[in-house]
Amino acid sequence: MTNMRVNEAAIDARDVKVKASNVDVYYADNHAIKDVTVDILNNTVTAFIGPSGCGKSTFLRCLNRMNDTIDICRVTGQILMDGEDIYDKAIDPVQLRARVGMVFQKPNPFPKSIYDNIAYGPRIHGLVSTKPDLDAVVEKSLRRAAIWDEVKDRLDQPGTGLSGGQQQRLCIARAIATAPEVLLMDEPCSALDPIATAQIEELIDELRSNYSVVIVTHSMQQAARVSQKTAFFHLGVMVEYGDTTHIFTNPDDKRTQDYITGRFG
Amino acid sequence: MVDMTKVSAHHASEASAQRLKKRHAAEVRLKAYGIAAIATACIALAALVWSVGGKAGGVLFEHYITLETPLPAEEFDPNGDGDPETLRKADYAGHVKDLVRATFPNVKDRRTRKQLNDLISVGASSELREYVMANPDLVGSDVTFSYVASDVVDLYLKGSFGTLKSQSPDGSLQIANDRKTVSVTSDTDDFAPVLAQVKADLSRSEARLTRQLALVNNGVAAFEKRLETAQTDEEKAAVEAEITARIAERDGLQAQIDELVRRAGASDEAETLKRSDPSVLLRLGDQWIKMTEIGPQGGVGTLLGAPIEDGAVEAGGWSYYLLDTPEASRKISDVQVSWVETLREAGAVDKKLNWRFLSASDSREPELAGILGATVGTFWTMLVTFVLAFPIGMLAAIYLEEFAPKNRLTDLIEVNINNLAAVPSIIFGLLGLSIVIGFFGVPRSAPLVGGIVLALMTLPTIIIASRASIAAVPPSIREAALGVGASQLQTSFHHVLPAALPGVLTGTIIGMARALGETAPLILIGMVAFIVNIPKGINDSATALPVLIFRWADFPERAFEAKTAAAICLLLVFLIFMNALAVFLRKQFERRW
Repeated sequence: MTNMRVNEAAIDARDVKVKASNVDVYYADNHAIKDVTVDILNNTVTAFIGPSGCGKSTFLRCLNRMNDTIDICRVTGQILMDGEDIYDKAIDPVQLRARVGMVFQKPNPFPKSIYDNIAYGPRIHGLVSTKPDLDAVVEKSLRRAAIWDEVKDRLDQPGTGLSGGQQQRLCIARAIATAPEVLLMDEPCSALDPIATAQIEELIDELRSNYSVVIVTHSMQQAARVSQKTAFFHLGVMVEYGDTTHIFTNPDDKRTQDYITGRFG
Repeated sequence: MVDMTKVSAHHASEASAQRLKKRHAAEVRLKAYGIAAIATACIALAALVWSVGGKAGGVLFEHYITLETPLPAEEFDPNGDGDPETLRKADYAGHVKDLVRATFPNVKDRRTRKQLNDLISVGASSELREYVMANPDLVGSDVTFSYVASDVVDLYLKGSFGTLKSQSPDGSLQIANDRKTVSVTSDTDDFAPVLAQVKADLSRSEARLTRQLALVNNGVAAFEKRLETAQTDEEKAAVEAEITARIAERDGLQAQIDELVRRAGASDEAETLKRSDPSVLLRLGDQWIKMTEIGPQGGVGTLLGAPIEDGAVEAGGWSYYLLDTPEASRKISDVQVSWVETLREAGAVDKKLNWRFLSASDSREPELAGILGATVGTFWTMLVTFVLAFPIGMLAAIYLEEFAPKNRLTDLIEVNINNLAAVPSIIFGLLGLSIVIGFFGVPRSAPLVGGIVLALMTLPTIIIASRASIAAVPPSIREAALGVGASQLQTSFHHVLPAALPGVLTGTIIGMARALGETAPLILIGMVAFIVNIPKGINDSATALPVLIFRWADFPERAFEAKTAAAICLLLVFLIFMNALAVFLRKQFERRW
C-alpha cells in the first residue's frame, strides 16, 4: 500500500484538475455558496469539512452538475475541468457525470444484481462492446473497490442484500466502473460502522493513484487521515483551503481553529 | 417562565390520573366503533353474497324431457341422399310438437295444445336439427333425444312455484261423471285437511274486509261531522247523499264479513276453489282431475286428461296432490303440472349440469340464454381498454412526475386529471357517442368504442396511482443513476419505472376492475343491444357482462332472475380475481431498498 502513496512533498507540483472560481449557488432566494474559489489537484484527496449546512455538499454537487436536477438551484461563476467550463452549453451533464463519478452519503445500490450494478455504467456509455470485456471491467472495478473477494461467488444476487459497508464499496465500484477522472464522495462513511469506515478509507487512499478524489466529511479525523488537501467551509463561505497538515496543525483563520478544536460544529 | 419541576409533579397528581383514564376510555370507544363498523360491513357483504349466491344456485342445473323420437326418412330425407341442405330444411319444430302431442293424445282444444307445446323450449327443435345434421345416418330410425324443458317447467321442477304435496287418502272413492264435471266422494273425511286450509284463507279475507269496513266507518263519521257544520240546504243534501252511499257500502261489507265468518266456522260445508286458492289435483292412475269445489269428503272437479268412467276406486288406487301456490300466481298451469308429473313418473325428466349457461350466447328464451357472448365482448373491450390505458397512463405519469417542469400549466393538468377521476362514467359514454362514434365514425356497439370510452374513464385512475408509485421511489435511486451518467430517460426507464411497476400495475388493475363493472357508458354507445353472435374481434357488435346483467334484470321472465344472479356472481369472480392479481403482483415485485 505504501508504494502507492505519493510523496507528500510533491503535491503542489501536481496539475490542477478542477478549477473553481467565484462560484455562487442560490436555492431560490437562499444564497447557499458564496464566492468559492478552489483548485482541486490531480491524484489528490481533497477533503471538504465544516459544520452542518455550511454548503460543502452543495459545492460538491456543483462539480458534476447534480444540482441541475434541482429546479430552484442556480449556479454562477466558473468551474473548469482540464481547462473546460463544465457549465458551458456545449457540455452535456450526462457526459460530465460519466467523467466525474459520485458516491453518496447513503449506500444506494440499484435494486438489481451485483453484476448489473457495476455493468450499468459501462453499458450505457458503451465503454465495452463484448461480454468478456464487460466481465473484465466488472471484475476490475470490484477488485479496485476491494470487494471482489466478498462478492465474486454471488454476482447474480441483488446488491441490496449486502451489508452497509459492502453496499458502499459496491457503490464506489459502480462509480469507478465508468472510468471517471474525478471521484466525488459525499460523506461516504457516515452510515457505516468503524470497521467498514476503515476499509473505505483505505480504499480512498488507493484510489488516489488514479483519480482526483474529493470527499465531504463530518469527521475531522477522517479528513486528517485520508486527505492531502483540506477546505473548511462555514456558512456558505470557504474559509480556508490548504494542505491538510497545515489546516489541522496551524490554521490561518480563527474560525478554522475553533472548528477543528471542537468549539463549534 | 414555567417551573418545570412543578410541572413534573403533575404526572403523579389525581388530575393526571383522571386524564389518563379519559384517554384510555376514548381509545376503547374508538376501538369499539371500529369493530362495529367492520362488523356492519361484514354483515352487509354476507347478506349480498347470500342473496346473490342463493339465487344463482338455480342456474347450476337444467331439466330435459326425454322422448322417443322417430326420424322417418320421408320427412327428413325424402331423397335419401343425406344432403345437408335437405336435412336442414326439414320441419323440426313441427316434428317436436307432433311428438309431444302424441305423448298426451287427449288434448283437443287449441289453448290446451298451446300449453302442451310450452312444455318444451322453442330452442329444442334446433338442437334436434343439429343432432340430426351431425348424425345423418340416424334418419329412418328411432332415437332417444333429450329436449330442453321450457323455463316455466324448469322453474317448476326446481321448486320455484312451491312443491306438490302428496296426500295419501284412506277411503275408497265414488266417481260420477257429469257431462263436463266429475263428482268424487270418498267414504272418509279425506279432504278435510285441504278444506281446513281453504277455510283458514277465508279468515284472512275476513280480516282484510274488516280493515276496509273500519275505513268506511271513518268516512261515515267524517261526513256526519261535516253535516253539522253545513250551511246551505244544497250542501246538506250533498253530504247526506255521501253518508247514505257509505252506509250502504258498510252494510254490504258487513254482510260479506258475516258470510265469511259463517263459512269459516262451518267446517263441513263445501268450498269453491278459485284460481287464487291452492290447487287440489286428484289422480287416478293416468287420469287427473282438478278439483273446483271440495267438501270434507269429496267434491266436484274438471278432467285434465283422459275421460273417466263412473265407478268406485279403492283406497290406494287414487291420491291427490296439493300445490300451495295458487294457479293465478304461477306461470305453470295445473294441466301442465299434471303433464310434467306424468313425464317425471315415466322417468322422462332429467336433471343435468347447466353448461349451456357458460357456452351459449344471449337469448330471449331464459332456458337458452348464456353468457358466453357477453363474456367474450367484455374480453375484447377490456383488451382495448388495457392496450390504450396502460401505456398512455404510465407514460403520462412518468412525464408528469419525472420530466414536466413545475409550473401553472402542469398544475392545471394535475388538478384536471384528479377531477377527471371523479367524473360520472356516463359522461364518458356521451363523449364516446359524440366524438368516437359521431365524429370519427367508429361502428357503434363495437368493443373498440367501448374500450376507448372505458380507457378514457380508467386513465385518471392509472395516472394517479402510477404517479403516487413513481413519487414513492426513493430519490437515492435517481441520484445513483444520474451519478453514473445515466440520462433522465435512462434513469426513468431503467430504474424508476421498474421500481414503481408494482404500483403502476396495481393501479392499472384496479382501474380495469372498475371498467369491467361499468355499465352506463356502454349503454350510451350502444353495447346494450341484443346480440346473439359471439364477437370475433373488436369491430363486431358486442355486449358486455354488466350490460347483460342490466338487461336480464329488466326481463319479465322469472327464470332470468337466477341467470342474472349467476352472471353477477361471475362478474364478482372476475373482479375478485383481478384484485387478487393486483395483490399478488404487488407482493411479488415489491422491492426493498
